[in-house]
Amino acid sequence: MLRFIIKRVLAALLTLVAIDVITFVMFFAIPSSPAEANCGKNCTPETIARVNHYLGVDRPFMVQFAEFNRGIFLGRDVDGGRVLNGKPVIDHCHIPCLGYSFKTQEQVTDVIGRALPVTTSIVIGAAVLWLVTGVGLGVYSALHRGKFGDKFAIGVSLVGTSMPVYFFALLLLSIFVFSTGLLPYPQYTSIATNPAKWALALILPWIALTFVQAAGYARYSRSQMLETLSEDYIRTARAIGLPARTVHLRHALRAAITPVITLFGLDLGAFLGGVAITETIFGMHGMGWASVQAASDLNLPVIMATVLIASVFVVIMNVIVDVLYAFIDPRVKLS
Amino acid sequence: MTTQSTTAQPYLVVEDLKVRFTTEDGVVRAVDGVSFELPRGRTLGIVGESGSGKSVTSMAVMGLHARGKRTEIAGKILVNGKNIVTMTDEETRKMRGNDMAMVFQDPLSALHPFYTIGRQITTAYKVHHPRASKEDARKRAIEMLDRVGIPEPHRRVDQYPHEFSGGMRQRAMIAMALVNNPALLIADEPTTALDVTVQAQILDLLTDLQKEFNSAIIMITHDLGVISQIADEVLVMYAGRVAEHGSIEQVMRSAQHPYAWGLLESIPSLHGDPEEDLKPIKGNPPSLINVPSGCAFHPRCPYRMMNPGPCDLEVPQLLAISQPGHSVACHLPEDRRVAIYTNEVSEVGVAQ
Ligand SMILES: Nc1ncnc2c1ncn2[C@@H]1O[C@H](COP(=O)(O)OP(=O)(O)O)[C@@H](O)[C@H]1O
Ligand code: SF4
Ligand SMILES: [Mg+2]
Repeated sequence: MLRFIIKRVLAALLTLVAIDVITFVMFFAIPSSPAEANCGKNCTPETIARVNHYLGVDRPFMVQFAEFNRGIFLGRDVDGGRVLNGKPVIDHCHIPCLGYSFKTQEQVTDVIGRALPVTTSIVIGAAVLWLVTGVGLGVYSALHRGKFGDKFAIGVSLVGTSMPVYFFALLLLSIFVFSTGLLPYPQYTSIATNPAKWALALILPWIALTFVQAAGYARYSRSQMLETLSEDYIRTARAIGLPARTVHLRHALRAAITPVITLFGLDLGAFLGGVAITETIFGMHGMGWASVQAASDLNLPVIMATVLIASVFVVIMNVIVDVLYAFIDPRVKLS
Repeated sequence: MTTQSTTAQPYLVVEDLKVRFTTEDGVVRAVDGVSFELPRGRTLGIVGESGSGKSVTSMAVMGLHARGKRTEIAGKILVNGKNIVTMTDEETRKMRGNDMAMVFQDPLSALHPFYTIGRQITTAYKVHHPRASKEDARKRAIEMLDRVGIPEPHRRVDQYPHEFSGGMRQRAMIAMALVNNPALLIADEPTTALDVTVQAQILDLLTDLQKEFNSAIIMITHDLGVISQIADEVLVMYAGRVAEHGSIEQVMRSAQHPYAWGLLESIPSLHGDPEEDLKPIKGNPPSLINVPSGCAFHPRCPYRMMNPGPCDLEVPQLLAISQPGHSVACHLPEDRRVAIYTNEVSEVGVAQ
């Protein structure tokens, strides 16, 4: 098992290095001059050159790449060419240094530090909700196949999967905020500052994501459960005299939920990188929102950071899912 | 255990069993008037091509059919004097695995892939021994594994089904079925998925266990060769009905139903030379939604009598013939059947 995990982690690290290189190449290849874009009215060639030097984009590719990665792991000092009281000013970009935002000149790490908790708050909360409701609904449907409850659940989840999240999000806003005023317009508050306000602001984004995601999970767990219920080992479980509840909730669910958990891990990895539409509609300044902003500003360091972090989440969740699967399913060959 | 039945009532009595399923394509008449009796210590073989209603019959005895509008069960199934057909689900559940148990065809798919063999056997034990401790249940599981001939049961008890070979898996399945000492064991094609040597070992094991526990066994198979090795009597099923019923001697040495002749002639394991003289029955088993009129076998029967009947018009009754304990459902007169068997069928060298 340990060997399997180590192998899996090494493979993941390799993937991350590849992503790092590809992202860097991609953005290096984009012809844009952020210095010109942000240089303002009294722009002289000297200012542009100075800004370029400060940003480091005037150096060769390999140097920049090495610098960038050294920054992530060791931090780095940046000589902006500024002089104060006759001495050059050196800024220290702390670990994990992802460079400086072209737009606000602050460290990208700080930008991410603000955005990441917002996204994780939205996504982890919603994920728990959609997993529980989705699987619950799916299992209920499967056990009441063809009856009213099943048909109703299928109908609701059909609406859920065919409704775009922005539509449902706007619907929620107009019902709960604009028409009835039952809830204030969401405003993110850190959970450490005020847990009640934190939850209050997150209710609507949670509901929006849960509805759309739970629908898919309900359908998937329903079909997995139905498939499992027709397995021979379920017939065996009944043949030894186990009560129906135990057959369904222990023997059937155990097998049916495994692929659902896999899907859940992968979804979680993808969502933690940012849920741009939901964040934007509910005015939440999370990773998705930050990357949309950065893209429209051609704010390369921030774009790179969001892409890298999103990839890290995807890769990490992949490893977790693989290892978990090996624990759940004894048939998985650990080689 | 308070009242030991003193009358000679057989442990299992099935009377005019009918099972029908309503499906989108029509009503499946899976079992249509099957009757038999089975005392403890004896083995009944049920034989017939695939789709003849063997599994549906055994599932009915186990009370495993989901009840509802789509499934209709009529007739009587008395297990130890109690009627499975009219019992509540909870009552049959308490008997399943305790009074009667079942072994299935493919032990790989019939065992839960995520649970160890030991856990599955202890689960089966604890359902009916709720007060047994974990250690006792485990001890019992190891004891059963040992009894069915699994080497190193202490180690193997903690392994998963996929770590067992096909034959070992089927042994484990048998251990699981017998863990509560059921008086009735139903084995539905238990050796079909196994190769011939392993098949013989499993059959030997079942014979041994039967002697030891004095259980009644129903052995379901489509292979008369398997039946001949283990059964005391044979029920030949065709399209949900009984075509012929008799002792193993009677059916193997003087079969009287044209369908049974077809089965005898198509069985490789009964012939010296598997290449020679193999005559599969022509045509396919009928759909149980549209069962042929009269004798269901008539479209495939080389001896059918038609224009003006009776083979396509009247369902032949299962009637006793001159040999006691032997009955046949065929319109041919008995002397005709005996003559055909002697001249045409026994020549193939079936029953040496
Ligand atoms: N639950 C069910 N619903 C509808 N048809 C069924 C069901 N179970 C079995 N059948 C049908 O009943 C017939 C007899 O099946 P079965 O007893 O499994 O045959 P076999 O003799 O091969 O064991 C088949 O045609 C099968 O398709
Ligand atoms: S009743 Fe007629 S068709 Fe049926 S087996 Fe006998 S001879 Fe053949
Ligand atoms: Mg069958």
